[in-house]
Amino acid sequence: MSVSWQTLADALSLGGIYALMAVGIGLVFGVLRLVNFAYGQLIMAGAYAIAYASVWGWPSWAGILLCFAVVLVLSMLMDRVVFRPLRTQSPAVMLVATFAIAFLMQSIAVLAFGQLGTVASSMGPLNQPWDVGGVEIRKIAIVSVVVAAVCLGLLQLLLTRTSVGLHMRAASMDFRTARMLGVRANRVIGGAVLISGLLAAVSAVMLTARNPQVTPIFALDDTIIVLAGVVLGGLTRPIPATLGGFTIGFASGLLGGALPTNQSQYLPTFLFAAVILVLLVRPNGLFARAGTGAERL
Amino acid sequence: MKKLHELIAPVALVVGTALLGLVVSSALQTYFLDTLIKVAIVVALYVFIGNSGVLSFGHISFVALGVWTAGVLTVPAAERAAIMPGLAGFLRTATVGNVPSLLLAAVAGLVFAFIAGLPLMRLSGLAAGIATFGVLEIVNNVLRYYDKIGPGLNAFSSVPETTGIWQAAIGALVCVVVAFAYQRSRFGRQLRATREDPAAASAAGISIYRQRLLAFAVSGALAGLAGGLYVHLLPVEIDSLYLDVTFITLAMLVVGGSGSLLGAVVGALAIGGLDSFLSASENGVDLLGWHLNLPTGTAELTVGVLMAVILIVRPSGITGGRELSLGWMRR
Repeated sequence: MSVSWQTLADALSLGGIYALMAVGIGLVFGVLRLVNFAYGQLIMAGAYAIAYASVWGWPSWAGILLCFAVVLVLSMLMDRVVFRPLRTQSPAVMLVATFAIAFLMQSIAVLAFGQLGTVASSMGPLNQPWDVGGVEIRKIAIVSVVVAAVCLGLLQLLLTRTSVGLHMRAASMDFRTARMLGVRANRVIGGAVLISGLLAAVSAVMLTARNPQVTPIFALDDTIIVLAGVVLGGLTRPIPATLGGFTIGFASGLLGGALPTNQSQYLPTFLFAAVILVLLVRPNGLFARAGTGAERL
Repeated sequence: MKKLHELIAPVALVVGTALLGLVVSSALQTYFLDTLIKVAIVVALYVFIGNSGVLSFGHISFVALGVWTAGVLTVPAAERAAIMPGLAGFLRTATVGNVPSLLLAAVAGLVFAFIAGLPLMRLSGLAAGIATFGVLEIVNNVLRYYDKIGPGLNAFSSVPETTGIWQAAIGALVCVVVAFAYQRSRFGRQLRATREDPAAASAAGISIYRQRLLAFAVSGALAGLAGGLYVHLLPVEIDSLYLDVTFITLAMLVVGGSGSLLGAVVGALAIGGLDSFLSASENGVDLLGWHLNLPTGTAELTVGVLMAVILIVRPSGITGGRELSLGWMRR
């Protein structure tokens, strides 16, 4: 097994993107106790926005802007139409509901854009290699690591230094008590959904640059792996979720790049075996604080 | 057994569907066969999810295992090398007949679900959902790529196509009757008690873990049987037993009402019928002298909308989690 610098950089950037997605899923889980299966389809919608903008000949910044608009509108819509009426239901019902929304969005994409997909050529320049000290590295690898770091830094500031962030953290610890102490449910949930949507849009841009072929199942596999990563890290708090997402992205990027295909094709088996193992031993996740009331029989 | 009359409605629905399937053209009959197998799968799901109230995304992996067991053992030995060149050990030669292959498929589902359930049934709620999803991923991944045990990405071709309307109907009826017998047994009642109030059930001396494990194993056996029926119907690609089928069968259970056996059957028949009709329409059908040609994806779209709406408006499904009781006749 040999690891080139390119593989390492790619693994780092995949880790960065997965960390963003993980924290996006984790934030909503924190306030709603809802695992959003449809997160990948939000990203898919954003990717289609970029692809169609480039087909229409828009400049790439306009495509990115459209991507943000589409993803944000869709995630607010999802909150209003689906999450809000289901807020009082059990987590299992909400999980099935987001599962349904995921398939709904996917079939809309098949109906509207066809099975074959569209190419987002405007992101092409980001895929060009860059010469860093004699080593060729794709620009997107560096850009996504930097963007992920900046986003996570900003998010950390928001969560620790602002009152909205304080409310969000309080709500994810104990929603009922937080409400009694004057945290407004709709505002906190709206905020979390909004931020999670922003992160989905950023991930959509990065993933489209990595892989410009946008199909109805774009980001589906990524979301499944990220879900595993989030559970692995710990769902309830942003930092463990981020770490989990990064670890699984980095690991799958590294192993996927370094192992021969006849071994790396079994990667999902090992990832999910690890997830099941972690769930059994530490149901709250690897990086979570011990002793925070786990549900076990 | 008391309340045996509650079995009448689900059995009548299955028999009615089978009889209807007998009289239609052979092109249409495929849809009836497919729907009857869906009934078997959804009833298998119901045995665990409905009675325990715990979500499982993993049952389609038991179906896949049933497909694999029945498929690999019934491909004629002469053709096996051509279809599955990588096959190792006794799998290269061992051959069984139709009925034994179905029984073995059920046993495979039972054993695997029991083993997987040993650790997993300690989890509940969300953790159980994610962990069972992991089982689906792993089984799908291994059966897709490991060509020493099966055809990998290729279809199970040359499996004897023995699942006609009789075999499909009998298979679905077996699932319905087993599910009913289980739910009326003391084990089924104990599990339903844990669903309603886990704390009270534990206090009354019920082991939630054991009851869930038993239900998981029983439903694994039924799912395996359904898989066996399926591979004898058409050349199944094992890779296709993944997220789409998981979604549609869960949708059937939820739409029908996951709290009752009748709900499982009604959901499977309603969504199965709708889905078949829409899928057929995607290829163009003539309906009452009116040509209908829907774009690809309409079926999934409609089912998705229906499921989301049912979850929001009536989370307990069409039947509201009740059996159809004939109690009113005696009054």
